[in-house]
Amino acid sequence: MMISKLRTIRWSFFVFFIPVFLWLFLLIVLPQLELLRMSFLGTDYYGESGVTFDNYWAFFSEPIYWLTFVRTAVYSIFVTLIVLLIALPVAFYITKVASFKITGFLMVIILVPFWVSELIRVYGWMILLRESGVLNHFLTSIGILKVPVEMLYNDITMIMGLVYTTMLFMIVPLIGVMESMDDALIEAAHDLGAKKLTIWRTIIIPYSMPGIMSGSIIVFMLVLGSYLTPNLMGGKNSLWFTEQIYNQMIIYFNWNQGAAFGFMLLLLSSLIIWLALKLTKQDWRSVIK
Amino acid sequence: MIRTLPNSKAYSAAFNGFIILYFTFLFAPLIVTMVLAFNDSMFPSLPWKGFTLDWFFGEGPEKIGIFHDRSNLRSIAVSFRVAFAVSTLATIFGTLAAFLFEQENFRFKNFFYFLMIAPIVIPGVILGISILLFANTVGLFFENQLGMDIGILRPGFWLVVLGQFSFITTIVTLVIIARLRKFDRTLEEAAYNLGANRFEVIWHITLKYLRPSIIGGFAVAFLMSFENFNTTIFLVSSEATLPINLYLQVRDGSTPVINSISFLLILATSIIAVINLYVGRRKNKRAT
Repeated sequence: MMISKLRTIRWSFFVFFIPVFLWLFLLIVLPQLELLRMSFLGTDYYGESGVTFDNYWAFFSEPIYWLTFVRTAVYSIFVTLIVLLIALPVAFYITKVASFKITGFLMVIILVPFWVSELIRVYGWMILLRESGVLNHFLTSIGILKVPVEMLYNDITMIMGLVYTTMLFMIVPLIGVMESMDDALIEAAHDLGAKKLTIWRTIIIPYSMPGIMSGSIIVFMLVLGSYLTPNLMGGKNSLWFTEQIYNQMIIYFNWNQGAAFGFMLLLLSSLIIWLALKLTKQDWRSVIK
Repeated sequence: MIRTLPNSKAYSAAFNGFIILYFTFLFAPLIVTMVLAFNDSMFPSLPWKGFTLDWFFGEGPEKIGIFHDRSNLRSIAVSFRVAFAVSTLATIFGTLAAFLFEQENFRFKNFFYFLMIAPIVIPGVILGISILLFANTVGLFFENQLGMDIGILRPGFWLVVLGQFSFITTIVTLVIIARLRKFDRTLEEAAYNLGANRFEVIWHITLKYLRPSIIGGFAVAFLMSFENFNTTIFLVSSEATLPINLYLQVRDGSTPVINSISFLLILATSIIAVINLYVGRRKNKRAT
């Protein structure tokens, strides 16, 4: 009896394990290794293919490539910080300030834009902001502007767009951690005479750290890997690194160069996440839960 | 500061003002998009030229509404098929993965858990190109070594499905794990004592308990697949999904037919999201 039960348990293990293994191995591990392998392949002047560092050499020798790379990284960190600054008070309001009657409603309504495709949200901003857009029509008709101004295709608009499309991925984990925070902590600090800023600095932010980290990681990854928002709102000046990958893969059909760029992006994202976890002394397991 | 503490008037007013501004920021683009779907104009912009339903039902030749727009209707159909395939597969694999990580113990479990999480921190663009390269290499191998031509490995429907499946399954797994974690395993032990085997227990007890999260995971997977662009763009053939098709129109400028598509999508996704949320919440309340 006991033995047969054990055997069925082992059997069930394989029923769970094999599909999951196939998924992770065939669609994640092997493709990433192939990406790495392809990035070291290339053809020379005589059309012979072989192992080469040319794809990486091209990255470091062409300023346009590595400047775009650095710019994308710096902007992604910047966007993540702005998102955090906006999301903290919003999540706090929903979980701790708003009356209980409307918290449920606010939580539903805050999630709705999160489900709408990124493309449609960006499109909404485009018809609001472009030269013939709604905002320009409004401002010229009430006389603030004499002639319509092109508000799209600059860095500020692009950053705003990136903040907009990724913000909810910060708010949701923040609401998650703040919901479980005991109000008594804040009440006690208040009774002991702590100022609001002190309460934020010494109680709310340290308590929310796991949520802040998981939200920041997701937002950072989404911004770094974003293609639609920089492309449509930043226009030709956006210089986003995913666009370089897209150009190599689809326009120039240079898959080896594209693979090298892809691998650089993967390296950069892993490195920054690792650094962020190290600096804040968080364990990845507590962050992903 | 919080509900139970006294607040100064100025502080409350400032905070409320901030939240109102935030929600305006959140909804302005969506509302403008939806409203302009009904503007009787050839361009998705103001001035308001009167109310029309032409961008939904117009038969042309000047205004072709969404219900007569062949190319967009076709891409909507493709997106539905992709999303259905992806969410079905992702739900099955996600459920298996949830059982694997919650109920089994094995060597390198942490390592596999880390691998399972990885797809959400790998940018979608990279998933797209790596799967494209890998499928291409494997396809070439089969063709050169074995003389077999495998259509699935070329850009097209199934490669898009595989690409989206690779990271959406992680999301479904996390959704189901969250509920499985709250499961009271004494229920399983009771069933074992009554003579059930492992699969009977899973089928009659654990899966019944997991049903809300399985349905929720399916809905999340469906929506994520339906709106995916970054991974899909590298794997798609001439059979474009809706986001790909819309992207080209948005970039090059188009008639307000995009607004009418957006209107329908916003409406549909909001309804699904709200139903999903309320059903999930009710089921949760009953369970606890």
